[in-house]
Amino acid sequence: MSKIETRSLNVYYDGGTVHALKGVNIKIEANKITALIGPSGCGKTTFLRALNRMNELNGVKTRGKVLMDGVDIYSRKVDVIQLRKRIGMVFQQPNPFPMSIFDNVAYGPRIHGLRNRKLERIIEESLKKAALWEEVKDRLEESALKLSGGQQQRLCIARALAVNPEVLLFDEPCSALDPVSTARIEALLRELKNDYTIVIVTHNMQQAARVSDFTAFFLMGELIEFGETMQIFEKPRDKRTEDYITGRFG
Amino acid sequence: MSDSECIRTFKFKFRRMELRKEKIIEKLLFVSALSSILIVFFIIAFMLKESIPALALGWDFFFGMTWHPSHEQFGIFPIVVTTFVVGIGALAIAAAIGIPTAIFLAEFSPRWLRNIIKPCVEMLVGIPSIVLGFFGLMVLVVFIRDSFGGYGECILAGWIILAIMTLPHVISISEDSIRAVPKGYKEASLALGATQLQTIRRAILPNARSGILASLILGMGNAVGETMAVLMVIGNPEIPWIPSSILEPVRVLTSTIVLEYSYVVWGSMHQHALFAIGVVLFVIVAIFNLVTTVAVKGRFGATTAIKGVIGSR
Repeated sequence: MSKIETRSLNVYYDGGTVHALKGVNIKIEANKITALIGPSGCGKTTFLRALNRMNELNGVKTRGKVLMDGVDIYSRKVDVIQLRKRIGMVFQQPNPFPMSIFDNVAYGPRIHGLRNRKLERIIEESLKKAALWEEVKDRLEESALKLSGGQQQRLCIARALAVNPEVLLFDEPCSALDPVSTARIEALLRELKNDYTIVIVTHNMQQAARVSDFTAFFLMGELIEFGETMQIFEKPRDKRTEDYITGRFG
Repeated sequence: MSDSECIRTFKFKFRRMELRKEKIIEKLLFVSALSSILIVFFIIAFMLKESIPALALGWDFFFGMTWHPSHEQFGIFPIVVTTFVVGIGALAIAAAIGIPTAIFLAEFSPRWLRNIIKPCVEMLVGIPSIVLGFFGLMVLVVFIRDSFGGYGECILAGWIILAIMTLPHVISISEDSIRAVPKGYKEASLALGATQLQTIRRAILPNARSGILASLILGMGNAVGETMAVLMVIGNPEIPWIPSSILEPVRVLTSTIVLEYSYVVWGSMHQHALFAIGVVLFVIVAIFNLVTTVAVKGRFGATTAIKGVIGSR
C-alpha cells in the first residue's frame, strides 16, 4: 500500500517565476526505500521538502496534492507541527545542535512535552536504532560537535527517530561523509526500512542502486521515470533515464 | 655591453629602486600605525599624571560620600553609583525593547515591514545627542514633572534618553547575531515539529546569546560614556547624593566634568579630581569593552554567530 502519494504536484518559487516541479505523480510505498535521482537542479530536493512542507520556509507556492495515508497534507485542516512530527528529516550537512549528545536527541521529545523519566529510555532506543549507542553511551553529556562527521549524521538520524515518525526523508545524507561512514549509514537505512518509510535524495547512483527498492528519476522539474530500482537501472524505459544512468550527462 | 646585458642591468637597477621604495613605504606605514599608539599612550600618561594627587586621596576619593569642591571635599562615590544606576537602567529598557525587536526583524518581519523599521532604527543613531537632550529637556522632563511631580530632571529621564541612544546598537547587533545562527539549526528544529517560537527559544537564541550579550555590554559602555544628552535631563544637583527614588535629580561622571571644568582653578586639587574622574570613566569603559571582547571570543560552538557580529561592525 502506498504511504505517500502525490497528484499533479507543482512547485513554484521566486514569486512564481521558477517552475521547480511540474505535475509530479508518484506513489511511495510503505516500508520501502525510495531513491530520488537526477542532475543538480532537477527538483529532487524540492520534491523531498514538499513532503514535509519545509518548502514553505522559503516562500514557495505549492499546487496539487500530497496525500499521506489518504489525507492531503496541504489541506487547511492539517497541522504542520503534527505533520512534521510524523515525517522526520535528515539533512545534507550533519547539523547537530551545539549542545550535548543527550540534549540533541532529547530536543524533539522535549518540545513535544516529554519529561525526564521517559526521556532516557527514548534516547537510548533512538541511539540504538541509529547504531550509535555503543559509541556514545558513556559520554552522553559531551558536546555533539566533538563527534566525527559520520557519527554526527547518525546522531541526526537518532534525533529524528526520537519523535517517533512514520516517514524518514534523507537529503543527500552521505554527501559530506567518507566511504566508511557512508557504508554504515547505508546499512542503517536498510535496517530502518522495516519500521519506517524512507525517501532518500542522492547524487550517487551507485548508492541508489545499492539501497533503494524504488527509484524516481527527475529532470528539469519533471518526473521522467519511476519504478523498481532493478528495472530503472537495468531496463530503463525512457531514453533520458538510460542516458543519465549510463553517465552520458549529469 | 651587449643588448641583453644592458637590459639585465637596467632590470636589476629598477628592481633595487622598487625594493627601496617598498622599504620606505613600509616604514611610513609603521610610523602612522605607531602614532595612534603614541597618542593613546600620551593621553593616558597625561591623565594619570594630572590625576595622581586626587587618586592619592585613596579611600576619601573613591568612597567619600560628599563631592563639594569649595569645601575641598572630593568623594565621588555617589557619582559612581548614580552613573551605574543610570547606565544599567537605560540598558534594561533598551534590552527590553531592543531584543524583541531584533527577534521580530530577524525571524518574523515580512520584508516590506523590515524595510521600514530598519531605516527608522538607523535614523536614531543619526540624531545628534544635543538634539536628543534638548527634546528630553523640553518634552520628557516636562512630561515627568507634570505626571509624577518632582523636578522632572531625574534618573527616569536619563534612563529614557540613554535607552533611545543605545537602542539602535542593541537592535542591529542582536539582529545580526540572530541571523548569523546557521540555517541548519533552524531547519533541524522545525523538521522535528517545533513551532517557530520553540525554535527561536531553544535553537536560535542560545546560539545568538554571545552576540546579544556583547551588544548589551557595548551599549553599557556607550551609556556610561555618553555626556551631552544625559547632562541635559538629569538635573545635576550642586552636591550629589545617592538617590532613593528614580524621580530625584542626580549627577553622573561625565556631567560632573563638563559642569565644573570651566571654573576650576588651575593646578588646584579640584582640577586633579576632575582628571581623576576622567581616569575612572576611562577605566570603566575600557573594562566594558574588554568584557565584550572576552564574551564574544570565549564561547564554545557558536563561532559563526560571532564572526557575523564582528564582521558587521
